[in-house]
Amino acid sequence: MRFFEYESRAIVAKAGIPVTKHGFAKTALEAREIAKEIAGPVVIKSQVLTGGRMKAGGVQFAETPDEAAGHAERVLELEIGGHMPRGVLVDSRAAVKHEYYAGVVWDGIRKQPVMLFSDMGGIDIEEVAEQHPDHVARGHFSTLRPFSDWQAKQVIASLGITGATLNRLTPILAKLARLFLRYDMTLAEINPLSELESGAFVALDAHMDMENEARPRQQELLRELGVGDEETRQAREATPFELAGEEVDAQDHRGVAGNVTEFDGNLGLVIGAGGGSLTLFDAVRAHGGDPANYCEIGGNPSVRKACGLAKLVLQKPGVERIAVMMSIVSNTRVDIVARGVIKACVELGYDPAEKIAIFRVPGAWEEEGFKILDKYGIDYADRSMSLDGAAKRAVEKIGTGA
Amino acid sequence: MSILVDESTTFIVQGITGREAVNLTRECLDYGKGAKIVGGVTPGRRGRDVHGVPVFDTVAQAVEHHGAPIHGSVVTVPPAFTKDAVFEALENAIKLVVIVTERIPRGDVAQMVELAGERGARIIGPNCLGIIVPDVIKMGGIGGPARDAAKSYSPGPVGVISRSGGMTTEMSSTLTAAGLGQSTAVSIGGDAIIGSSYAELMPLFEADPETEAIVIYTEPGGRMEAELARWVTDNDSRLPIVAFMAGRFMDEMPGMSFGHAGTIVEGKEDTASEKIARLAEAGIVVAEEISQIPEIVREQIAARTARTSTSGKTSGLPLASSPGGELGGTAS
Repeated sequence: MRFFEYESRAIVAKAGIPVTKHGFAKTALEAREIAKEIAGPVVIKSQVLTGGRMKAGGVQFAETPDEAAGHAERVLELEIGGHMPRGVLVDSRAAVKHEYYAGVVWDGIRKQPVMLFSDMGGIDIEEVAEQHPDHVARGHFSTLRPFSDWQAKQVIASLGITGATLNRLTPILAKLARLFLRYDMTLAEINPLSELESGAFVALDAHMDMENEARPRQQELLRELGVGDEETRQAREATPFELAGEEVDAQDHRGVAGNVTEFDGNLGLVIGAGGGSLTLFDAVRAHGGDPANYCEIGGNPSVRKACGLAKLVLQKPGVERIAVMMSIVSNTRVDIVARGVIKACVELGYDPAEKIAIFRVPGAWEEEGFKILDKYGIDYADRSMSLDGAAKRAVEKIGTGA
Repeated sequence: MSILVDESTTFIVQGITGREAVNLTRECLDYGKGAKIVGGVTPGRRGRDVHGVPVFDTVAQAVEHHGAPIHGSVVTVPPAFTKDAVFEALENAIKLVVIVTERIPRGDVAQMVELAGERGARIIGPNCLGIIVPDVIKMGGIGGPARDAAKSYSPGPVGVISRSGGMTTEMSSTLTAAGLGQSTAVSIGGDAIIGSSYAELMPLFEADPETEAIVIYTEPGGRMEAELARWVTDNDSRLPIVAFMAGRFMDEMPGMSFGHAGTIVEGKEDTASEKIARLAEAGIVVAEEISQIPEIVREQIAARTARTSTSGKTSGLPLASSPGGELGGTAS
């Protein structure tokens, strides 16, 4: 999950890394107060979970508190990349002498975190790495042994940085590496890490991403930042349809009927499991189909859950039929999925044979499942029909109309 | 022959008294020649048994009871306790740890993998279904109950490596239906950091005389496919590889996570189309549909055999006689 800049700044500051004087404002009035306190020129930065703020006009400069309030008012109303800002960050405008980059990410191949450091900060690090590879230093570090400052020093010094600068930068990178592990981050980045005219080194902007899987054990930090469990922080905000999908999944603990994502097509998908869903969604599109949604069922969900998901999809405006398809199941029971989706059709007053374009879920308890499907006259297939073949059949049925 | 496990492999199940673990134990005992599950561990439950398998409080007790080193462990404990369970297995000289548990934070996985490296052990997973050698042994939930697993898996020349547990079975079933059996199928897990990647398992398959080809299931996210492509190019592999790439639609939706925790497009290198291009460059044929895989595998094996018998040597170069423009190299 991604953090807003104002939250990332708070995390960085908590780890003992210096930041400039700043504040988070939700209104123009609050922005004016913060600017007054800073008592100098300020920057107003839109707080959105997307890039391209500068280009969109989400970053403004002000000399006086009144000007700050004026900018804040406009920035607070400005939509950027489909996102309305959470608020604005009011930051002191510091005279910068030099900009560095400091970051920590996971290296999935080495299976260790890696520090990245550059003396060309303020721009995209991937760009620097491509065009000036000799200006990016890297250093992997152990997750078993305690992090030691020399590891950060070695990375920075490899760029030829020495003197007081090296000694000021080392603890900052070391603290970043430690916070990366302590807070289960997948990305911890300070860009720019600025040397001010005053000689101070400060984090002028920070970007933090925490692993979703770690949220249960990072409750303390999340509470401090005021991030509730309901905030998913996906790349785009959840739609009401997707939130309803989460509710279906949460109604009991048996299995999964989750990761419901809304699309605007006419073919409803009740599909699973993880890899099967990816394969099937591709296959539907490859055959010219227009999916109404993505989802993943698995882990042997209850009849109630399968029914709830199927109902949700069936009721989505524009959905003509649903396709119930999974890769061969070994844990999820075919008969339970069959009962669930049939129940959904019947309870909504539909003929299951009409509404279910294809049922292709082979595997555990398939004989029992096929019996039920036979009884309702539903078009079903066993493992002899490929995932691709099932997707094709579903798309063809939509093409011929109801 | 097989890789990682064979009929003599002994293992324990950590978290054996959990509902899914009880089922998994039954499945493994029933499958093939019957897995040698020499114990189970659930703290506080010593003295019980699960389908005749004795339960212990600690791994050390299980090892002592067995009276000899135990080869492997299947770890099924909840995510908050997985790291501790894996450390316990590794420190008791277990050399193969299959982690079934999902939703384990990367920091924990990295620690487990690092310790495994120091102890000379191997981790499969997390978030995986384990390993199966058709008609011989299965270690983990892969393929489900013995009766179901027998429908999908059959012995033969194809090594299967998959980031999705379910798709391991789907692909193997497709191969089986076409008369192509599997030497060993490994569900490696769908997380961003896993114990054993494609490239790390390749040397084992390479050394297995029965394996003649590899089929892999891949997804967007991460750089494991690039690592495999590099391995194939650098090592002049004798094994043709056929890949299937799911989640192509994700390229249009960066930052969104679908399928598994490891599938998220974060940079331009981990998109489906970029990966397909990398694999194709290394001579790995990327199938458009799973149903095409058996035919491509047959053609690839035949082409390798023909070339080996004429030149006496295999090369890492893409095959001239590969199904080429139609099926191969689907880079967009």
